[in-house]
Amino acid sequence: MRGIGPMRRYSAFAVAREAARYHSGWERAWRSPEPKKRYDVIIVGAGGHGLATAYYLGKNFGITNVAILEKGWLGGGNTGRNTTIIRSNYLQDPSAAIYEKARSLYETMSQDLNYNVMFSPRGVLMLAQTEHEVRGYKRTAHANLLQGVETEFVSPQRVKELVPIISLDGPRYPVLGGLWQARGGTGRHDAVAWGYARACSDMGMDILQKCEVTGIRQEGGKVVGVDTTKGTIGCDKLGIVVAGHSGVLAAMAGFRLPIESVALQALVSEPIKPCMDIVVMANTVHGYMSQSDKGEMVIGGGADGYNNYTQRGSFHHIEETVRALVETFPMISRLKMLRQWGGIVDMTGDRSPILSKTPVEGMFINCGWGTGGFKAIPGSGWGMAELMAKGSSPLTEEFGLNRFAEGRFVDESVAAGVAH
Amino acid sequence: MLILDCPYCGVTAEETEFHGGGEAHLKRFGPGSSDEDFEGYLFHRENPRGVHFERWRHVNGCGKWFHVARDTATLEVFGSYSAQVTEPPQEIRDAITAKRPGWRWREFA
Repeated sequence: MRGIGPMRRYSAFAVAREAARYHSGWERAWRSPEPKKRYDVIIVGAGGHGLATAYYLGKNFGITNVAILEKGWLGGGNTGRNTTIIRSNYLQDPSAAIYEKARSLYETMSQDLNYNVMFSPRGVLMLAQTEHEVRGYKRTAHANLLQGVETEFVSPQRVKELVPIISLDGPRYPVLGGLWQARGGTGRHDAVAWGYARACSDMGMDILQKCEVTGIRQEGGKVVGVDTTKGTIGCDKLGIVVAGHSGVLAAMAGFRLPIESVALQALVSEPIKPCMDIVVMANTVHGYMSQSDKGEMVIGGGADGYNNYTQRGSFHHIEETVRALVETFPMISRLKMLRQWGGIVDMTGDRSPILSKTPVEGMFINCGWGTGGFKAIPGSGWGMAELMAKGSSPLTEEFGLNRFAEGRFVDESVAAGVAH
Repeated sequence: MLILDCPYCGVTAEETEFHGGGEAHLKRFGPGSSDEDFEGYLFHRENPRGVHFERWRHVNGCGKWFHVARDTATLEVFGSYSAQVTEPPQEIRDAITAKRPGWRWREFA
């Protein structure tokens, strides 16, 4: 628990100091307070996006009378379930802007938060395995050039140099090239949530875990608070940042969302010696893979084709993913898989997120990140904080709920080439 | 892995034989409707955590579309029924009520 004064900074000196006294002096990274009667802002959802929103509300706008409510434990949803890939090679301008903002914030996040998020800019390669993908990725590379996002389309020979374990001449889907983003990479997903939580707590914000929202209180069309399992808490502004459960919260406030929740699965292998030092995504065959610092091959697959809240998916998707990856990386065929899990992702029709005001005044929503939320966490928090503090943000402008009624989709369903 | 019954050909099979088609019983709003209704029909979904009615197609079988009542929080299947109805039939509602007392057919959409 924090006593008085600000948190102690982590440093090489702190490690030496604690080593000298048997590590007895480490503090808890964040406080676990009881809820106050009311806050200026309540954020529902203490995952990466919710915590980042709170952090930038404090850092960029000086709003620190903030509570972050979490029904489970901090970072226990999709923040701890993704495959930690960070990239910004999207086709549409609004997407490239917010994902590139996020990627650039990841570069300095460890210093900014004084918390090692292990950002590893090892590079992300998206394989082109059909003629359509070749054309699509060349188009994306040209678009990225105009957007100021550094990507390039590379030849099969360059792919082989980057990934020696790859088989270029797969019988069904030969590798015809790839979209290479050298500044993309991976990060430590839990650390991102923990780092933001520690910084938020240090600014005086309250993180309330095991505090489930059961109702949303409105007066005259304006939000005034939330009912929770720890009592009613008042607020001026409410931010809903709960990914897969967004529809449940929207139903409490009396509106529906253009979102369906499905399970997306991932798995990791037993640890092996270093064999692949970049992230490889094979979107035609719905599989992507990277090697963690522990040596495990981290593998992500496709989403189920039906609504699901159970955080487990159908095994045949794992089978399809692994079958495709074995064809592309023959050396992994003898690997044993250690664990497999699922997360509930909130899919929109255009596969782009929603960062928006809602029909309820003072209530904002950040959802719809679908299969690609982790990479966006800092950019999403940055834009959402500005939206909540000022009422608009250039980063979130194109991601409003009204885009569906107005037909202004940010269509990444084919463009991003993600394993949607 | 879901196991579903096709109400048309009578086959019971794993989900790989079928293909999901999203929320069922959407009320169609076409030309002449309000923008709000049209937007709701095109995009808004109930997406409940619990009892869900959905469309499935027996793609690797008889090819027919049909409806399934299922719980998205437990993956329990309450039953499948004809696609030629606009609301779930009474026996499906009874089957759901038997397992989820207090459950009610939704008011909107």
